[in-house]
Formats: sequence, structure tokens, C-alpha cells
Amino acid sequence: MELYELTIHELQALIRAGSTTAADILSSVYRRIDAVESKVHAYITVTRELAEEQAAQADEAIKKGEIKELTGIPIALKDILCTRGIKTTCGSKMLADFVPPYDATVVTRLRQAGAVFTGKTNMDEFAMGSSNETSYFGVTANPWDLTRIPGGSSGGSAAAVAADECLAALGSDTGGSIRQPAALCGVVGMKPTYGRVSRFGLIAFASSLDQIGPFTKDVEDCAIMMSAIAGHDPRESTSAPAETPDYRQFLSRGVEGWTVGIPREYFLAGIDPEVEAAVRKTIAVVEGLGARCIPISLPHTQYCLAVYYIVAPAEASSNLARYDGVKYGFRFRDGRDLLDMYKKTRSAGFGAEVKRRIMLGTYVLSSGYYDAYYKKASQVRQLITRDFEQAFQTCDVILTPTSPTPAFRLGEKTDDPMQMYLSDIFTISANLAGIPGLSVPCGFTTGGLPIGVQFLAGHFGEGKLLQIAAAYEKHANIEKRRPSL
Amino acid sequence: MEFEPVIGLEVHAQLRTETKIFCSCSAKFGAAPNSHTCPVCLGMPGVLPVLNRKVVEYALKMSLATNCRINRESSFARKNYFYPDLPKGYQISQYSQPLAEHGWTDIELATGRKKIGITRIHMEEDAGKLMHDEYNPVSLVDLNRTGVPLMEIVSEPDLRSPEEAAAYLKRLHEILVYLEVCDGNMEEGSFRCDANVSLRPVGQAAFGTRAELKNMNSFRNVQRALEYEIKRQGYLLESGGQVVQETRLWDDAQGITISMRGKEDAHDYRYFPDPDLVPLLVGEGWIAEIESDLPELPLEKRERFISAYQLSAYDAGVLTTSRALADYFEETVRLSCQPKPAANWVMGDLLRFLNEDKRDIKDSPVPPTALADMIKLIEAGTISGKMAKEIIAEMYKSGQPPQAIIAAQGLVQITDADMISGLIAEIMAANPDQLAQYRSGKDKLFGFFVGQTMKATQGKANPQIINELLKKMLAP
Repeated sequence: MELYELTIHELQALIRAGSTTAADILSSVYRRIDAVESKVHAYITVTRELAEEQAAQADEAIKKGEIKELTGIPIALKDILCTRGIKTTCGSKMLADFVPPYDATVVTRLRQAGAVFTGKTNMDEFAMGSSNETSYFGVTANPWDLTRIPGGSSGGSAAAVAADECLAALGSDTGGSIRQPAALCGVVGMKPTYGRVSRFGLIAFASSLDQIGPFTKDVEDCAIMMSAIAGHDPRESTSAPAETPDYRQFLSRGVEGWTVGIPREYFLAGIDPEVEAAVRKTIAVVEGLGARCIPISLPHTQYCLAVYYIVAPAEASSNLARYDGVKYGFRFRDGRDLLDMYKKTRSAGFGAEVKRRIMLGTYVLSSGYYDAYYKKASQVRQLITRDFEQAFQTCDVILTPTSPTPAFRLGEKTDDPMQMYLSDIFTISANLAGIPGLSVPCGFTTGGLPIGVQFLAGHFGEGKLLQIAAAYEKHANIEKRRPSL
Repeated sequence: MEFEPVIGLEVHAQLRTETKIFCSCSAKFGAAPNSHTCPVCLGMPGVLPVLNRKVVEYALKMSLATNCRINRESSFARKNYFYPDLPKGYQISQYSQPLAEHGWTDIELATGRKKIGITRIHMEEDAGKLMHDEYNPVSLVDLNRTGVPLMEIVSEPDLRSPEEAAAYLKRLHEILVYLEVCDGNMEEGSFRCDANVSLRPVGQAAFGTRAELKNMNSFRNVQRALEYEIKRQGYLLESGGQVVQETRLWDDAQGITISMRGKEDAHDYRYFPDPDLVPLLVGEGWIAEIESDLPELPLEKRERFISAYQLSAYDAGVLTTSRALADYFEETVRLSCQPKPAANWVMGDLLRFLNEDKRDIKDSPVPPTALADMIKLIEAGTISGKMAKEIIAEMYKSGQPPQAIIAAQGLVQITDADMISGLIAEIMAANPDQLAQYRSGKDKLFGFFVGQTMKATQGKANPQIINELLKKMLAP
């Protein structure tokens, strides 16, 4: 068995026992990257030198007995997270050469926890996409089937974890960008409560929806990563001041006596039969754990997609205004005047999907349309949030499919934005309501593609998600498979 | 037809906090370009704003000083537009929920006082500054000012003449400086003003079409621009034309306003609530705390000076031009118990010295204690007013108290009547002709004897005593 195949908690045990070193772990992971990265293309930038330096420091610390939560653990970062001195592209030509002078708060926290950074992972341009196909740096392949997409927008992070090109990765989730690729790549992915993990240094897509979270090989690793990254950040006004628990305490508690809500609106037409079957099986397993599964209704579910595609592009149109060629990033050099420079910089610097959303967002915020679109959408968003608040009065968590289909083929939906948008249909609501969601593997299709199940909880209910996911993972007996690369 | 101008002003006041509104960069003016910047105010990818509490405190002070209603909950919005001095591509401002609304302030006119309504006061961030190369097609951007806190004060359209507009501006300026929330420096741009002006036939209630005037960087220019614009609109209307709703720039060199952009070119700023900032909640406790801490405002202070110290309106006006000057004066009065002489010495000699040296009253080498001592010495007759003129000049130069100067220069006034009458007797004896002429009715010669007595005492004799003794002794 190779070290790269293990989990964080397994490696921690080996490190503590003195039977391995950070350098050994890292060289194992890089051997794996060397072997499979050309097929998967999970990374935009591989930071080998930095990682080796960090691993050496970790080994120094280990020698002194100073072992922290993530000492010596190789972790990949979605290329949307600012890293001081390391190129941060956000998957865009616009930032192809951008080197931030500062670290995102989560990056600082991981550094402090002793982590080793393997590199920056591929993603849809500015996190706008569900397949990683809008990246300026080429597509990432799904490790389970190289002709298929890994999901998106954090597809590179999901694929890197699934392909053992790192032990864990960070992604960001604005409408499902962690949970959907986690499901499609057969790994665990969590979107925390809005405000739980600092957004400082996360390149903004839609500020009221964006949230950073981990991709891991199992639920315990997810708890370890969450404990490392969660917590209040004075540099973010929307950061929650709530205390961060040690999330590992939830792992062994079980769900005896819990009530699990099954929203009827999440099992309608369009869902792949194999996905539905796997999720139904999950419900049975959860009942076997002593929880009661009850049907519930989230009546405003049908509006989620529409609301999302107003709110997110509106915020994006403003957030992406800073990429104007003036201060950093790409600039069209031969503009006739200022306006011409702006137009050509933005026309050439952004890809088609980003431009589509900027135009959508600009439109819905325009004078005369604001009330009909943005304002109305914000009001409906309140109703969607209320649906969840009411649901969580009767149940502990909600269980749904993560994605309506398993991984689709590269190019299958690139010409049809609506079809692409529908792949986030089950994940968008959690972002609109600001609640946490977690996707955990629940089986495979007959074609060997992973399927994920999503658990949702009320605000700051990350512990509950880990609790049920850990109990499920332990008792579901999902076949241990690895992608054959 | 006779027209009446309707004017409303929008004032942007820079708040003199140490740091910027959404990051911890210095907000000071005049540093090397782009030296007061960080990823946050540079609008780098991934950064987030955090509101500076001091900015809210300062804006609350102004809001309370202008009788505004404080919104217990207000919020920030994004004003979206592209310009190279705006690194984020949007300005964070307050839009639908400003900090304060429905205020008023009194202005002083020749005809008396007038109440001017204040529509709203809100906070926002300033933009950077562009510098255009005169010889090359190049513009440079200095982002030091980006994120410097601004407060926008919007008046109701209550002003009816350029003079009223100027009086209102002076009033706001004075209050801001008194509150120590803005340095009021118009040249450096810490106090800026845009004006909306329209004309309507006298007696008509509905407003006419307005023009917005920009680029006036002094009180005088605001007044000149308004005067010009009122004339321009007046000619237009009288000749049967129509005023176009537009933004016009004041051209100081030509003394005219020039059309900048029409209504159809007006920006669509696509305001929406800034998702990076949470609603701003202002509690009763905070408001009460700030309210109890508000200083006496200039207009109220002037009135009190007039009634409590029997000063003229002019003197009260001069002495309240700054809080420091008013405090200096009041401290001098408290120590000397003589308001009128205190006013005269402060306004006359002391302010003249300070102005010549371009020094602030706060840096006066003569502290109120020293000035009060000098006034008391005059009152006691120890020195004459004439001597005091020299003494205060010396006090200003050396920073020494009056007693020390008097002692060093032997300036003590001679008040010994016996000694003085002895001298007068000698003078009379030495000038028999003049004495005879005086006694025969040539009154003018009284001055001659005063001069001789002064000369005999080297100017140190108390002139009142000399007068009394001479009258008695010269009498036939």
C-alpha cells in the first residue's frame, strides 16, 4: 500500500508512531501526481518546491514533538484561494499571471496547522460552471472515467482527492461547487454554513453565496479539515462569531432517534434512475441506524434555480468589475482610449460563460429591472430560507441526492447552459438559505460512476452532518474502490 | 416674468479618522503616491471590507449636530461604474438606508435666521486620484485617497440665493470643524460641494428643471457658479427657451458653467446592497453617549458670547471662528474677569501676531493665564495700556509672563502722587511762560504739561494721575 492511498487520520497515526515522515508522504503523493496528472489534469499549478520546504519544516516540528492537526499532510487548494507569492488564476485568462501579495485566511490557517501545499487546482473560470469545462487552462477529467467531467466548479480539487493526488483539498461552493463534484468523483465534500469559514482571500463570485469547504477521502478527514479551517475572522464582516467545536467529537455518536426529512420536491422528473435507487437505498440504511425518515416539503424549491441565476450573476457582475485591465491581471495593450481598453480587455480576458453571467447580472440590476428581478429574487430567497427553517423544526437533517445525474461526458452540456445549470438543482438551495450541506459517496452506477447523497442541516449544523455521514459511512458498506488510472 | 432660484447642495466632507473606512491604511493627505494602500483598498481579488467604527461615530456627531433622525438600522450599497480611480469597479456607499435623515440647521443672513432642511447624511468611501501627463498620452493613478471616509450631507432645496447657499456652506463647514470630524480644507478636497439649481416663476410651487453643478472648489466659486447659472437659466427662460436637465462643470478661468453630460447620458449605477457588509445597527446607548459629548456649536456659542459677555455681534463672530479661539478667549475671561478687554487684546494684538506668523491659536506663545495677568495689571494700574502694547509684543516674542517682562525692563507705572506732583511743581517753575499762557486761557498747552511730565518719568507715570494732578495744580 502506498502512503498516498491513506487518509489524513491514518497518516497522522503513522506520523505519531514515528513510522513515516512528512517527506515520505509528500514524495509518495508526488509520485502519484507524476503518474496520473497528465491524464487527470487536476492542477493548474503544482507547487513542488514550496511543498518540499513545508514538508521539511513539518519534519523538524515532528522531531521536536510539535505535531499539529495537519502537520505534514499534503493538501491541494482550489485556484480561487489567494496564496502569497503563488500564482492564483481563478481559472481565467484574466488572472493567468496574477500573484497575490497575501494569503487567504483559510490558507493561513492551514499553514498554521502544519499543512503542506501540493498545488493549486483547476476550476471553472471564476467558479462559474458545473463541469470544469469553462477553465482557461483546459478541462479536468473525472478519474473514474477520463471521458467524463469531474463536476464543477471545484472539479480539480475533487479529482485531485479522488485520484490520490493529495490527501485533501479545499474548494468553494456557491451553488454546489463542492458537493456536486464530490458526488461525481466519489469523495466527501462539505459546504459549511455561510459565515462559518472565512471568505477573506477567496476570489469572490457571488459574495452572499460563496463558502469555502473541504474535499476528503472520508468523513473523519472532513471533520479534521473543518476543525482546521472554521472560525471567526475579524477581516470578514459576514464571518460568524460562533465558537468552533472540535468536529471529530460528532463522528461516533450515531443517529439513534433522529428524524431525517426527505423532501418530495427533490425526487421528481429528471433524476437518473440509478441515482434515485442509490439514494433510496441510503434512506433504508439511515433507518437501519435508528433514525426515522419522514417525507417533508420545501414548497419553494421550484424557484431556487431562477432565484440563484438572478442573485449570483448580479453579485458577480459587480464583483468582477475590478478586472478592468488597470491595476493587475490581463490588459489589452492597444486600446484606442480608456473605454476601448476596458472593452477589449474584458472581451478577451473573460470566457463565454463568465461574460454571459456578467451580462445577466448587469441586466437584472439595471434601473427599471431591479424590482422585477433582483428585489423579487431576494424576497423569494427569504421564502426558501423559511422553508428550511420550518423543515428543521420537524427534522434533524434533510437527505437528498447531491446531483440528479452521475458524471456526464466532456462536451455533453457545453452548448446548453440550461442543462448545465440543472446539474446544481439539488445543491443551490443550501447556498440560498446559507445552511451547511455535505455530500458523501453512496454507491456506484452499473457503469462504475460514483453517486453521492447530500445531507443538509440548519445553520451551524455541521456537527450533525458529520454525525449522520460518519454513521452512514460506517454502516453502509459502500464497496471500497479506487479509480483505475 | 420674475424668477426665483431654488438651490440644494450636496456636500462631501472627508472625515479625519486616522485610518480608512474599510481597511487600516492611513487616511492622511499628502503621502507619496500609492504608499497608503493595501490589498483591501487596492480592490485586489478576494479582499473584504470591514467598517471603521470611528467613521460611524464621526458621522453620528454631524448627524446629531444637525438635528437628524438616526436610523437605528442602515446599510451599505454598491454604486457600480468603471473608472481607473475606482479599483473595485464600484464605490461602497449608503443608498436606500442612509445613517441619518430629516435634519435641519439654521443659517445666519442679514435679514435674520433661516432654517435649512437636511435630507440625509450618509457615509461612503472616496475614490483615488488620476494624474494626467501633459506631454504624453499617459495617466497615472494614485490610490492613497481610495477608501478615505467621506460623509455626504444632502440639503433640501430650501436655499433661494447664492448668498444663502454660501451661508449654508459656511455653517456646515463651521460645524464640521467645531466637531473636529473634518479639517474643512477645500484646497485639499476635504470639503467639496455640488449644487442643484433651478428657476421657477415667483409664486409657483412646482420646481423648474434643474442643472447639477460640479467642480467648485471654494465658497466663492460656489457663489459665482450659482450666480452665473441663475443668470444663464434666466436668459434661457426669458427668451422662451427651456432648461435641460444636465450636469454642468464650473470653469473657474472663464467664470462660466459648461455642459458635461445630459440626462440621457446619466450613469445607471445599478445600486444593490453590498453583500460583504452586514446591516449597521446603532443603539440608543451609543447615540446618547455621542449626544452628551457634543460640543457647543458656533451659532449657539456666538449668542452666548453676546449675551453673557456683552460683546458686539462682530466680536462674538470673530471669537467663535474656531473652537480653540473661543476656548482661549473664555479661559482668559475666566482668569481676568474682564470680557471686553480680553476680547480686545485677543482680537487686536494677539490675533495680529498669530496671523502674521500663520500660527494657530493653539500654538500661541502667550497662554491665557499670561494674557489674563496682563489685563489684571492694567486694571490695577500697575501698567498703562500703552505699556501693555509693548509688553504683549514681548510676551509673544519671548513667551514670558508679563510680570517677568515688567521686572526686567523696569516698566512699572509710577502711581506715587506725591512724587508726580513734586515733578509737576518743578516743570511749572521751569516753564513760567507756558504756565501764564495756559492760565490766560490757552487750553491747548495742557498737552504740553502732560508731555513734559511723561518725559520726566520716562513714560512710566500713570496718565490718569498726571491728568488729575495737572488739572488741580495748573488751575489759576
